[in-house]
Amino acid sequence: MDRTTIDLWVGVFVALGVAALLGLAMKVGNLTSSKIGETYSVNAAFENVGGLKPNAPVKSAGVVVGRVTDITFDAKTYEAIVNLKIDQRYAFPKDTFANIYTAGLLGEQYIGLEAGGEDDVLKNGDKITQTQDAVVLEKMISQFLYNKASESKSDADAKPSDTKPAELGDAPF
Amino acid sequence: MASNIVEINNLSFGFKGRLLHQGINMTFPRGKVVAIMGGSGSGKTTLLRLIGGQLRPSKGEVRVDGKVVHEQDRDGIYQLRRTMGMLFQHGALFTDLSVFDNVAFPMRELTDLPESMIRDLVLMKLNAVGLRGAHQLMPTELSGGMARRVALARAVALDPNIIMYDEPFAGLDPISMGVICALIRSLNDALGATSIIVSHDVKETFLIADYVYFVANGEVAAEGTPHDLMQSTLPFVHQFVHGEKDGPVPFHYPATNYQSELLNQRFN
Amino acid sequence: MIKSNLFVGIMQLLGGMGHRMIARVWRLGAGARLFFLTITYSGESFRRFHLTLREIYFTGVMSLLIIVVSAFFVGMVLALQGYNTLQKYGSSEAIGVLVALSLVRELGPVVTALLFAGRAGTAITAEIGLMKTTEQLSAMEMMAVNPIARVVAPRFWAGVISMPILAALFSMVGVLGGYLVAVPLIGVDDGAFWSQMQANVDVRVDIINGVIKSVVFGVACTMIALFEGFDAPPTAEGVSHATTRTVVISSLTVLGLDFVLTSFMLVV
Repeated sequence: MDRTTIDLWVGVFVALGVAALLGLAMKVGNLTSSKIGETYSVNAAFENVGGLKPNAPVKSAGVVVGRVTDITFDAKTYEAIVNLKIDQRYAFPKDTFANIYTAGLLGEQYIGLEAGGEDDVLKNGDKITQTQDAVVLEKMISQFLYNKASESKSDADAKPSDTKPAELGDAPF
Repeated sequence: MASNIVEINNLSFGFKGRLLHQGINMTFPRGKVVAIMGGSGSGKTTLLRLIGGQLRPSKGEVRVDGKVVHEQDRDGIYQLRRTMGMLFQHGALFTDLSVFDNVAFPMRELTDLPESMIRDLVLMKLNAVGLRGAHQLMPTELSGGMARRVALARAVALDPNIIMYDEPFAGLDPISMGVICALIRSLNDALGATSIIVSHDVKETFLIADYVYFVANGEVAAEGTPHDLMQSTLPFVHQFVHGEKDGPVPFHYPATNYQSELLNQRFN
Repeated sequence: MIKSNLFVGIMQLLGGMGHRMIARVWRLGAGARLFFLTITYSGESFRRFHLTLREIYFTGVMSLLIIVVSAFFVGMVLALQGYNTLQKYGSSEAIGVLVALSLVRELGPVVTALLFAGRAGTAITAEIGLMKTTEQLSAMEMMAVNPIARVVAPRFWAGVISMPILAALFSMVGVLGGYLVAVPLIGVDDGAFWSQMQANVDVRVDIINGVIKSVVFGVACTMIALFEGFDAPPTAEGVSHATTRTVVISSLTVLGLDFVLTSFMLVV
């Protein structure tokens, strides 16, 4: 095997590898989308952050404008303090509303910002006051079951003889 | 400058408690062709490895050029090995390199010679063994005799002071054998080197050796010039030189009594 | 009588287990020693980098075809299977995430390492085992050329360099295979495929960790292959056993290491 042929092939091989890595980083990974240049940080307090994690996206109108840097617990107010870094290019009014949303039914949680109407904008270190907690699935389900139960209870009160479920018949409530 | 380039003094060697050599003394004078002969498994090749520093003696010492081999550190041993060339039993050519690159290998690895000079030297060495025309062949394309000649060219690539041959005649046809035989003698004299031949081929070895050691049972059983040994009346030497089936070296591997073993049904 | 036979049997069993255990530990130590020697004598494989380039050609470039073809099929199968499950939950757009994460985090490095062990690892073991059998390594040592510096180290670095490149190619080609099945064939939305993927594949957590894994696997697979070759008994049978062991031990090591690395990466 000629040495120059080998060199050529190895060169091609390494170039392919670098291209694949770059392709992975650019096309598959979030290198392009996570390219947030200068940022400023704000924080927000939530009663419940659910499954929100550091590095989760912060979106406004569906566009990623920043990331969650960290989540801490405030022992005085018993609230979760979420620190966000937001792209310097985007300014948000002081009365911006921060929600914790879930992407899809079982997807990842992210923070959605809804701009308010004030003229003053959020600056580095400011606090977003208006927040809405994460929707916790268990809470939703228990609420749903509670409603169902009260519904069926009123049903049962209305027609006690017909549809009364056998299992609930002897229940002590 | 001592007259003996290699000296083996009271050397014992063994592994796993079994002694292969016990108290061997040999001297190899400069410029001579010295042969070490003995039956298969008598530890002849091991002696070469001891000289080359690949093995450590259990007792005694091997001196090469006045230096005790096993007392050298790695660099010291490598320095000594640069003055040695070794022809392995089956040539041990590098199968992934061409004939040319095989012979060039020690020059490229151990010297800083420019490629043009290496080319000339390699062709000279190959010419000496008559294979200059085969320089771009791969080792797999060579016959056994040719491979051995290439290996010989490689062994003398750096003009060593000591050339060791491990069974140089084994498995060769008579013509190749004759060629190798003549080459060993002529290279030795041309380079002014000392040759150590390990072999069990009596005829060829006696033809070119100046002095012969017989090794049996881990000891030097006999020594002398080929002429002396041909006349020797020692039973072992006589058996070996004349290739007799039975003698001091028994035909049978040690076993229990033949008759009782056949009669006895149970092996225990 | 029976009792004592049983006792003897148990003792023999325990003894055998202990013996094998000691042999394993010994081999582990010998492997570690070879690893450190390889690192120590690595200078030459960088100073004369064409030696390493040559080995990259044989381990890396020659493995390209098997890696690319396997990756393509693995990616396509992942997309098919993933779609089959995801569409039940109405989230078939997540197929890109599924394919990319499985490949980048696990299948890329692991399957590449397994294929590498089968393709390049066996070749390394067989080559070195045969070099040892045909005394090429001994010949090198007798020429004062260190076989670890000249033979082992370039192959080691070639494996370590090739593995991440192959794994990255595997992941990329796998994603493309998944894309081909998901988008043109099944009809998942093109934009959703990529954007979901980009939103969920993190460069540091997923891609860099995948590269780290493949480098570790590269060290492990290559070192195992080299050690098995170096340690192989110099017979045809010994080399064939060593080659088998390379595949078995490499595969088990890769899977075990994968668990360890993954647990570290997910915790930290």
